[in-house]
Amino acid sequence: MTAPPLLSVEDLAVEFETAHGPVPALQGVSFWLPQGEVLGIVGESGSGKTVACRSIMRLLAGNARIRSGRIEFEGRDMLALDERELGRLRGERVAMIFQNPSTHLDPLMTVGRQVGEALQVHHGVDAAEARRQSIALLADMRIPEPERRVDSYAHQLSGGMRQRVMIAAALACKPSLLLADEPTTALDVTVQAQILDLLKRLRRERGLSIVLVSHDLGVVAQMCDSVVVMKDGKVVESGPVGDIIERPRMEYTRRLIASQPSLMPPATFATHAREPILSLDNLSVHFPQSRGMAALLAGRTRHVVRAVDGVSLSLARGETLGIVGESGSGKSTIARAIVGLAPTHSGGIVFAGESVGALSGADRIRFQRAVQMVFQDPFTSLNPAFTVAQTLAEPLRQHRLCKPAEIPARVADLMRKVELPAELLTRRSGQLSGGQRQRVGIARALALEPQLIIADEVTSALDVTIQAQILGLFRKLREVMNLSLVLISHDLAVVRHLCERVAVMRQGRLVEYGATADIFAAPREPYTRELLAAIPRIAPPSPVTDAARHPA
Amino acid sequence: MSAGSEAGPRPALGSWRLRLPATLLVGAAIVVTWLLIAAFGPAFVAHDPIAVDLAHALLRPSADHLLGTDSYGRDVLTRLMYGARTDLQMAFFGVAGPFIIGTIVGLLAGNFGGIPDAVLMRILDVTVSFPYFVLVIAIVAVLEPGLTSYYISLTLVNWVSYARLVRSEVIVLRQADFVLAARTIGIGEIRVMSHHLLPNAISPSVVFVFTDAVLTIVLGSSLGFLGLGVQPPAAEWGVMIAEGQLYLATAWWIAVFPGIAISLLALGFSLVADGLAKLLHTAP
Repeated sequence: MTAPPLLSVEDLAVEFETAHGPVPALQGVSFWLPQGEVLGIVGESGSGKTVACRSIMRLLAGNARIRSGRIEFEGRDMLALDERELGRLRGERVAMIFQNPSTHLDPLMTVGRQVGEALQVHHGVDAAEARRQSIALLADMRIPEPERRVDSYAHQLSGGMRQRVMIAAALACKPSLLLADEPTTALDVTVQAQILDLLKRLRRERGLSIVLVSHDLGVVAQMCDSVVVMKDGKVVESGPVGDIIERPRMEYTRRLIASQPSLMPPATFATHAREPILSLDNLSVHFPQSRGMAALLAGRTRHVVRAVDGVSLSLARGETLGIVGESGSGKSTIARAIVGLAPTHSGGIVFAGESVGALSGADRIRFQRAVQMVFQDPFTSLNPAFTVAQTLAEPLRQHRLCKPAEIPARVADLMRKVELPAELLTRRSGQLSGGQRQRVGIARALALEPQLIIADEVTSALDVTIQAQILGLFRKLREVMNLSLVLISHDLAVVRHLCERVAVMRQGRLVEYGATADIFAAPREPYTRELLAAIPRIAPPSPVTDAARHPA
Repeated sequence: MSAGSEAGPRPALGSWRLRLPATLLVGAAIVVTWLLIAAFGPAFVAHDPIAVDLAHALLRPSADHLLGTDSYGRDVLTRLMYGARTDLQMAFFGVAGPFIIGTIVGLLAGNFGGIPDAVLMRILDVTVSFPYFVLVIAIVAVLEPGLTSYYISLTLVNWVSYARLVRSEVIVLRQADFVLAARTIGIGEIRVMSHHLLPNAISPSVVFVFTDAVLTIVLGSSLGFLGLGVQPPAAEWGVMIAEGQLYLATAWWIAVFPGIAISLLALGFSLVADGLAKLLHTAP
């Protein structure tokens, strides 16, 4: 290497001071970034990837201490700088963008003032000039109508627009390095593709160097020149992105790659004919907008949101149906309408030959038992005041499925089904990991011996290796118990892996519906094609080199 | 995604880990000490809290009367201990009524929403729009001076605080996935409210109970001072201060010691509230 790298981090060690003594967050972390390149830091939650990224700017939590190591940026020793010098560098030479653009934009500041703020602080330009440059920046970020948007507030923009504004603000002073911490994680997949394209263009046109922190190997593979794989505060391996993904040397990296849903095998078909268990017939769910007193007095008609608009679907016994779509597409509302948590406006739901709307009394209770739901967020789907045993016993007791004396045995059986150790029964949800919580949520749904399970984004809050385990569990349960499954997901790769049929939703309407293999091979609708094209993919590791490295 | 920045959900009652905050321990120690004094103190003193003994009036603190005597010759220490019984009872009953009623109302209003909720919230607004002390004193004056009136008055006025706290928690919780999960399992409304909503919604109210106890004692003593609370000659700290104020220059001990007692007990409750708030991650 001839020219010194723009950024180099050597043997960095960071620890957090906690009430229980110091906890190491980073140990012996080294990486470097040449001018104009993109470095990916990839890892699961708790791997220290965010800490590694933030320690470059020394933007760490108050209880974090950099214990040893060396960080050099543009020839400066970053650890030797005082706060004032750091403040000059931040925004001027190094800028940062964050995961959640809605919380990192000031809700009381217009977009223009927010973008122009760095210019006024660092370059001392006046307000009019800052505004002029802000408009130019917004235009460069491909924000439509920048002259109008410059006076908007954050809440008036979509998630993708907010992230563009964040990037505009970050790049206002033309920094040489951009630190991007999960910049697209909160965004829909097609919006993510647009933001990634924007970052690529900025790199090409401005020679911007980027450190990209992500949990998504697909994003990293698409964006980066080199990659650092982190786990438990240490670097597992690092190198050029092609080498790491095609020829991973370490077991952990291999597992991370194998857990990518886009690399999992597609669902296989069972060909024998089966009776339908669930069908939706022209289902619509409308929500009246909350109306203010003024609107009411003015006699204005109520505005109605058509969350689900005339959707017809059907699912055979033992089959898995995937419903995919971006946020606001109505996919979760369908799930809630089926289990009765959302009111149906028109159309019908037929379960096992009976119209759900007409059920009452004992039939209604039978239906409630037969259709169970697993929720998205494992952190809010369990009652924090309950132990695992209480959570699992509650449905058994409520429906008197067994004698009270048999409950412990039934609960133990449920724990076995979801592959959780019995020791966890006395824990409360706060003492479980995300994956364990999600398994408890599944066990709770299984307690009532349902025929149909509706899984609403059950893996989107989980790390990718945990996601692979939970998907494996669903596959197994489906085979063993002949369960029918409705899987709601924004992730087409997950759906392809698990579902025989897929429904693509957009703005409450069904865009495309059919066998998964057909839709992935030959999508008919432009929106489906766009969705498919937006999935960040990685090529599978080459088996040839793997064999070459381990000669038999 | 970042390590070390996990705030974690607020723990529910019953899932406390060890490592109690120091304020909680000190506060609890003060409150427990007062409880012990109220329970057993009177057994260790030889004097009568009410009997008048003018021959021994206005004596300075001495070996026989550790905290002196008042204008009627009653032992201040003895009256202080009996007064502790009255004031602790006041803290308990003055808070229990509003707490129970407010919690139930807040739970129902928050869970069911709609018209009952709107009506309850308007009643609440009306109650809140009157000055708190004026309203309590007015109700006590209309009924008849005394502790029972005080409790009735507090319950009528103060339930709104608890109702508002519980309602705002329940409104958030009823949309939580675990509550929806309970409903999809077929759990009835009553059990959803008692087992899923209440235990997770109650923490801020429990913290407020201790802050409220301070207000209740101070207000109760003030009423005693004004002659609207506990009636003389019964021993109560506020009444004792009222009786002692005439003699502040000549026999300071009559008013000062009950004053210190009120301050200490109030401090104890405040520290407990503060410590509980820390423990439960909720604002006091």
